[in-house]
Amino acid sequence: SSDEHKLNFRKSKEACLSYIQDALLQKQWKRAAEFLTCYVESLEKDYSREHIGPSEVIWRIGTEIFYHSQSSMKEFNYFMEQMKTLGVKRYLKVCLEHIFHLLCNGQIDEAYQNLSLAESWRFGEQTAVQDKEMKLIQAYRGLLDYYSWSKQKNILLEHGEDGFSDLAVEQEMHGYFRKAAVNLKEIIKIPGVWDIFVKCYVDLLEFYGDHNEAHQVLNEYAYNSKFPANPNAHVYLYQFLKRQGESKKTLISALKILHDIVPSHELMIDFNTMLQKSKKRKKRRMGLEVIFAALDYAGWKENAKAWSCLARQVKQIVISGKHLDWIKQEWSSRKDWWPAFHFSRYLAKRNWQENKSLSYEKALVAGILLGKDCKYFKYVSHQGCKAQLKRFRMLKKFVNRHNPAYLRISG
Amino acid sequence: RDFNERCPQCSEVNWGLTDGGRFYCRSCHNVTERSREVVNTDFITNSRVQTISKGSRKQEKNDGGCEWYICEGFQLVLKKQVEALEALGVCPQMKDEILCNFWRCYLQKSKQAYCKRPAGETVKALSVCESSTDVDSDPERPSLLHLLSLSESEGDLQTDCSFVSSVSKVSESTSVCSGSVDGSLYLMKNQKEKLRMTMPMTLSFCYMALLWVREPITLSELLRFVVEGHIPYLNVFQHFPENMRLCGLDLKIFCVESWPVYEEVFNKMHELAAFLDLPRFPDITESCFLHPDMLCMKYLMEANLPDELHNWTCRVVKKTGIGEVDFLTLMPGNKSTRKVKYDVLAAAVIIVVLKLLFLLDDHYEWLLSGFAEERNKNNTEGGPYFEFKKWYEVVKHSLDVEQKKLDEERAKYLWRCEKPLFYSVKNKSKVLKRRQMVVNLQNQFGKLSGSVQRAEKPNPSSFQLRWSEENTDGSCFHGHSLKGILQEKHGLLTAMNPDYWLCTVKLCNEKLCGHLAHYREVEFPQSYHFVLGLFSFLLRIQPSYIHDEVCMIEHKLFNKKLSKKLKYNRVLRK
Repeated sequence: SSDEHKLNFRKSKEACLSYIQDALLQKQWKRAAEFLTCYVESLEKDYSREHIGPSEVIWRIGTEIFYHSQSSMKEFNYFMEQMKTLGVKRYLKVCLEHIFHLLCNGQIDEAYQNLSLAESWRFGEQTAVQDKEMKLIQAYRGLLDYYSWSKQKNILLEHGEDGFSDLAVEQEMHGYFRKAAVNLKEIIKIPGVWDIFVKCYVDLLEFYGDHNEAHQVLNEYAYNSKFPANPNAHVYLYQFLKRQGESKKTLISALKILHDIVPSHELMIDFNTMLQKSKKRKKRRMGLEVIFAALDYAGWKENAKAWSCLARQVKQIVISGKHLDWIKQEWSSRKDWWPAFHFSRYLAKRNWQENKSLSYEKALVAGILLGKDCKYFKYVSHQGCKAQLKRFRMLKKFVNRHNPAYLRISG
Repeated sequence: RDFNERCPQCSEVNWGLTDGGRFYCRSCHNVTERSREVVNTDFITNSRVQTISKGSRKQEKNDGGCEWYICEGFQLVLKKQVEALEALGVCPQMKDEILCNFWRCYLQKSKQAYCKRPAGETVKALSVCESSTDVDSDPERPSLLHLLSLSESEGDLQTDCSFVSSVSKVSESTSVCSGSVDGSLYLMKNQKEKLRMTMPMTLSFCYMALLWVREPITLSELLRFVVEGHIPYLNVFQHFPENMRLCGLDLKIFCVESWPVYEEVFNKMHELAAFLDLPRFPDITESCFLHPDMLCMKYLMEANLPDELHNWTCRVVKKTGIGEVDFLTLMPGNKSTRKVKYDVLAAAVIIVVLKLLFLLDDHYEWLLSGFAEERNKNNTEGGPYFEFKKWYEVVKHSLDVEQKKLDEERAKYLWRCEKPLFYSVKNKSKVLKRRQMVVNLQNQFGKLSGSVQRAEKPNPSSFQLRWSEENTDGSCFHGHSLKGILQEKHGLLTAMNPDYWLCTVKLCNEKLCGHLAHYREVEFPQSYHFVLGLFSFLLRIQPSYIHDEVCMIEHKLFNKKLSKKLKYNRVLRK
């Protein structure tokens, strides 16, 4: 470069920073620390016009290096305390990060102390500006209060079994509940992803019997459009409704959006099972759609349960003779790639070796979708009959008998 | 409105202003308790106030500091620098006889000392007072910010302006904006005619003195020693005595945040020599280190090239006349002769020689190398023939290693020192706190980086690349022979290579565009680019400057041929 032999403070620190970044990307923590040692001088310059100043850089990179180095918590704590003094606009963020690290290290009490300290921080207009971080801090304190509540609850339950009742423990427990509930309730009002807070709060509400509130909270979390789309929200709602013994209809509607967002979710099996059994035609149709969609994903290839769902439904349709067009519809977009994806000869061999049930279910589906002459079905049924397993013989007969169904589907 | 009270001590009305903002009686030096806060600021613009005269200069201020002038500071800097040079082996006369006299001469010429102050000259001692008074009403009194932005900043000091402005807005009371007496004056006055002193200029002084004494240190070496820390330059102010307080605008003057630039130091030196009306410098003759014959020998060794090439460099030097005393010796103020960069010149001579012998067109040199390789395989007796390819591989490898080291050094360079800098007393505590934090963080991360101690400052050495004949791996080419590429014609050894390509057919006007030619890597062969890069690394100077010298030498060498009408193709037959 034309200015290679010139050097000034700024260029020198820019170069230093790029060495630090390279080292971080290659996970060379010691080397990153070495260069960071030279970089910290930047704190003595005024970078107020820059987008990200050295104090922020040092905080973020320094934390990363500490996280990956074998240094004592004492050193790290000292470092974080210094970072807190560096930028008042960032104060609460730095506090939060410090607290996370303490939690990761199992130092719950220190984390709690820091949370309380941070909660009591006031700094003119900054307090209002950093309102969101403050709510987070309160939420995490609420979380730790929940944790304490949980501990007390377990103690009580143990004592309860022994027949002892401990009033002091009970009162403490209620105290934690109140503290936790107040803070948790606040944070989940703000649109965001608050899985852990929601779970804890719902747990508290259920324990004290406030099912309405719990339902309300979960509904908000799942259906309020201001909140980001979150599959877990629907999962929590579903699980709650199930616990409450709600009707199948309710449960089905709870899982609908989950299917839209995450067609490969593990709950799709439950979903399909419920839908299959429904009396409504539309729902059964949907069930088929759901199970096909789930099996589009590689993670489900060897899931015997999923295949058995599909197999059951396909079998039922074929036997009844009605709604073969459903299968045809689902199959039309898949017939180009499912054969190679699920029903290759290699997979036939492997499935047979590793999991006979899996191969059984798959063979049934293959036999119907691809006909009795397809590789998969032929291999598995042949192997099954050779091994003199009854159900495979039955399978062979079934598929042969219903070959016209295949013809209708493929035609 | 003048301050008309009578002095309580001597009853005179003869007031001056101390830097602390207090009034003092010029007759009896009684310092009053009255300070400027009490007085209307109109006073400052209307009255003529003189700073404390030199006689009572050493008067101690309340905080234990003394009064000092900028030129005193520079004098200290120069003293430190020349002492370091002495430690490096430079002759002691340089300090007491040469540099001292140069400096005195400079002070005299620039009317900073050793002369009578022109009558009626006023020196306004400025203070910062950006409080409620309306600054705009007085156009004559420049604000602190204005002063800071006036002079060219070295490095990043301008970013500290915002530091300062925030500080001074907060302060209500007056605070001095420089620790020195004339710091603000220094930056403010139009110093164009007087050649104002700067930190890079201290190096110009040093170089000038070195040149006068004809010490074997080139400018590029001097600057390299500065960067490596053997010569005080960065943070030299930490060696100022305790009572010489630096703050405010002094920092702008003495604080360095960039490496010295060859061209700047070089040009300033020539300006200085002319300004001081110096006579012709001592002759640079063939026995001088700075003579191209000598320097070429050194650089050939450092570049790991065969010693035999030295004959060729001498021949080129002779033919072009660049070894003449009059060409090499500095004649200050002579605008017609080209100023000589001894180190760059020697490097350029070597490059021209390489072009003469190897052509360096990305074909011929490899061809020759192939022949040499064949011969070396078959003839194991006698010295090896020089193979360009092997040389290239060995040198490139070392160069890459050293370049990588240098790049890391640049990134790890530490600019600050223990002595803190602050613009005013107001932000002193903030600065000290920051410094403490920096030191703490350095300790913490130093520990995390493992026990990687910062390497001790290497001893200053003249050679950056070293090659030893004792290495059995054949990586030293000094003793290799040029036999394969030479032939005898009419009793004279000439190169087998019959061709030569000029870097440029026409030289630019240096005064207009700053260069004799314009170097762009893509327009030249890779081999040429490589050798330029090699010397660019050794001299720590941009390749384009070496390219300029190469063009200059070529034009001298092929002067006769060029003055005839040339055809459009650039290739000449020698």
